[in-house]
Amino acid sequence: MDVIKPGIDVDFINKKRMAFIFSLVIVLIGIGSLVVKGGPRYGIDFAGGTLVQVKFDQVPDVGEIRSALGEEGLGSSVIQSLGEDKVAIRLKSEENQTDTVSDDVFAILVQRFGQDKVSLELVEMVGPQVGADMRRKGILSILYAMVGILIYVTVRFQFRFALGAIAALVHDIVITVGVFSLFDKEFTLPVIAALLTIIGYSLNDTIVVYDRIRENIRRTPKEKLAVVVNNSINQTLSRTILTSGTTLIVVACLFILGGEVIHDFSFALIVGVLVGTYSSIFIASPILLMGGRGIVSARTSVR
Amino acid sequence: MRTRVKTRLIIVFIVLIGALVSVTPSLTGSLPGWWTKILPSKAIQLGLDLKGGMELLLEVQTDEAVNNGLSRVASDLKTIFKDRKIRLRRAETTGFNRLVVEVRREKYRDDAMTVIREEFPGTIVTENSETKVIVSYPESEIKRIRENAVVQAVETIRSRVDEFGVTEPTILRQGESRILIQLPGVEDPQRAITLIKRSAVLKFMLVDEGASPDSVPFGDVVLYGKDYDAATKRVRRTPYVVEDRILLTGDTIKDARVRYDSQYGQPYVSLTFDSVGARIFEQVTGDHVKERLAIVLDENVYSAPVIQERISGGQASISGSFTADEATDLAIVLRAGSLPAPVKILQKWTVSPSLGSDSIRKGLMSIVFGFSLVIVFMVFYFRLSGIVANIALVMNLIIIMAVLAVFQATLTLPGIAGIVLTIGMAVDANVLIFERIKEELRTGKTVRAAIDGGYGKALLTIVDANVTTLIAALVLFQFGTGQVKGFAVTLSVGVLASMFTAIFVSRVIFEAYLENRTLNELSI
Repeated sequence: MDVIKPGIDVDFINKKRMAFIFSLVIVLIGIGSLVVKGGPRYGIDFAGGTLVQVKFDQVPDVGEIRSALGEEGLGSSVIQSLGEDKVAIRLKSEENQTDTVSDDVFAILVQRFGQDKVSLELVEMVGPQVGADMRRKGILSILYAMVGILIYVTVRFQFRFALGAIAALVHDIVITVGVFSLFDKEFTLPVIAALLTIIGYSLNDTIVVYDRIRENIRRTPKEKLAVVVNNSINQTLSRTILTSGTTLIVVACLFILGGEVIHDFSFALIVGVLVGTYSSIFIASPILLMGGRGIVSARTSVR
Repeated sequence: MRTRVKTRLIIVFIVLIGALVSVTPSLTGSLPGWWTKILPSKAIQLGLDLKGGMELLLEVQTDEAVNNGLSRVASDLKTIFKDRKIRLRRAETTGFNRLVVEVRREKYRDDAMTVIREEFPGTIVTENSETKVIVSYPESEIKRIRENAVVQAVETIRSRVDEFGVTEPTILRQGESRILIQLPGVEDPQRAITLIKRSAVLKFMLVDEGASPDSVPFGDVVLYGKDYDAATKRVRRTPYVVEDRILLTGDTIKDARVRYDSQYGQPYVSLTFDSVGARIFEQVTGDHVKERLAIVLDENVYSAPVIQERISGGQASISGSFTADEATDLAIVLRAGSLPAPVKILQKWTVSPSLGSDSIRKGLMSIVFGFSLVIVFMVFYFRLSGIVANIALVMNLIIIMAVLAVFQATLTLPGIAGIVLTIGMAVDANVLIFERIKEELRTGKTVRAAIDGGYGKALLTIVDANVTTLIAALVLFQFGTGQVKGFAVTLSVGVLASMFTAIFVSRVIFEAYLENRTLNELSI
């Protein structure tokens, strides 16, 4: 069966202006959201603090929880209902905060609601220095991955190909972070893991196209590079749509069925797969073309 | 059948059987005796987020260990100076690595310095003013104290945790002064944390009967005891004025057991001293009959019983209003020894077993659903060749599980997500190959030639594309914590397995099928 007709010939390269504008708009919306909200919303992994997740007998009244905590001086906690009967309580990390704050919170709830009506599901406490440590590591890991990939693509193809790849990656990351901010999602370590996965995955796509470009260049060395690139994209379109399709199906399953623990993680993956596919087609290749001076004869652009 | 195809088919079968065998322990609880002897018998290790349990990252406050050392010097100096008739105004630690010794008259200062140098040769003694002397440790000694503190802390915590009875605890030193503790499946994480964190410094000191807490005489210090008043249900703090002299410490305790008092059935802790401790105890009790001996634990006065007579058996008991749990924990902590320096909790993570099994269930459902959808899609799009791809996919999953089991890599919830992701991405390799085969067919090649061409051309692309995912996974493994490491592992294993199954296994199936047949058309 063929979803994409074999002889397809869409002119992707000429659509690049539209694509760039579209991307720019989304990037700006994302950055705008970040600016307005004062930066990304860091989870405790990065900001430090305490998270207590409690399961109740029946759906609890958040207001009641808030007042119970407020009475004991913990009114600054952020209470989030996780659907059904679960509630997540977050406290910022403070100088004098003892590491038993989570015990106190649970004790208060037990007292207010009754011993057998509440059960402690999850406690996470991250001291401020560990949080800062994680932030540093998180950013470093993304940088390292990008450098590693830049080197790899340069070795396997050529530097201008690597430029296109990196442009697509930066584009993907910025948009994903922006969307996260827009939807008020939290940045935790697993989300960074998702980002790195997106980097790897987006590159998958990009390399398949690059591979085809290289093969076509060898086959028709006298052809204009722009034409070669466009043909390559068209030829790999079928595979790109298919793989993205199946990956999306699979990640959607995770998102819907996976539960609240990896919810944000799978959300990041969904955004990443969509953006990654888009960028492989509309960002990586045009940038690759722009990497040299004007339209270069295909033969001279590849070893 | 040609030998080449035959060999390959055999390889595939060996891998399949090997994988199935490795996975079996994870599926059944009980394996027959003969199995455990020769075949792999370890089930997949579940991470804390799937099993429930607790993880702690502690930091040993080594600065305090250094200061504690100087405090002990100060304490000893008070006794020594008294004997040598050097009149002391004060001996106190201030800041870091700084013991200030102040004598009453200038004439005592030089003698004091000489005495300190004699008794504590490892220290640096400098004069600060006519009456003050500063005692501090040299760099080498500080380093040694810090190192010892961490090593001892790890050992002490290990003994305490061992007694607590958790299966397969992990206690690892991390870096210079951090300790990572993992207690899978622990029932009462709060109790475990209290047990681990306690300094458990036990001191025996004399109560100064005549003194009042409002005007504390020189050489004494006020410590508080906590008494739980059952009547008012409140905790009272009672002040005790004790002589600031440590007569005996918990280091000399050989054993500590929980016993029950015959009269009321109340639990108490019975201590047994070693020979040195027994001797000192005998002397102390003999010298101070009818005085009160304060038993101080972590600067809290647990009890201050009156010494009735000289005690020479080397046995003592600590009683107070304990619950059985408190007594047990106290005994554990006294047996294991005190922590050389306080530990600070940098990071804490507890997952209840119920949430863990919830996560497993949800993770498995995602795998099942995702897998089913992909399988259906593959047949729908690639028809019969899709079935070949599906066989490869099934084998892929089994191989991933097998590798996890054999290498005892931990499976976490993100790890399960990694498996789900691999299912989606494993399709990629097959798609690359099949689309290529379709192209070859379109150019008019025979079925066999098309298949060969498809696999040949797609190979390099598959490798290139997957290497980048592996680079990302490698970076993740380096920088991530346990949960994320689990994801990196399953992702890497999944990518490698999918390369193997797509390139090798599915091709073998095609070739085996084509062996003695000539197809004019391929269902792809």
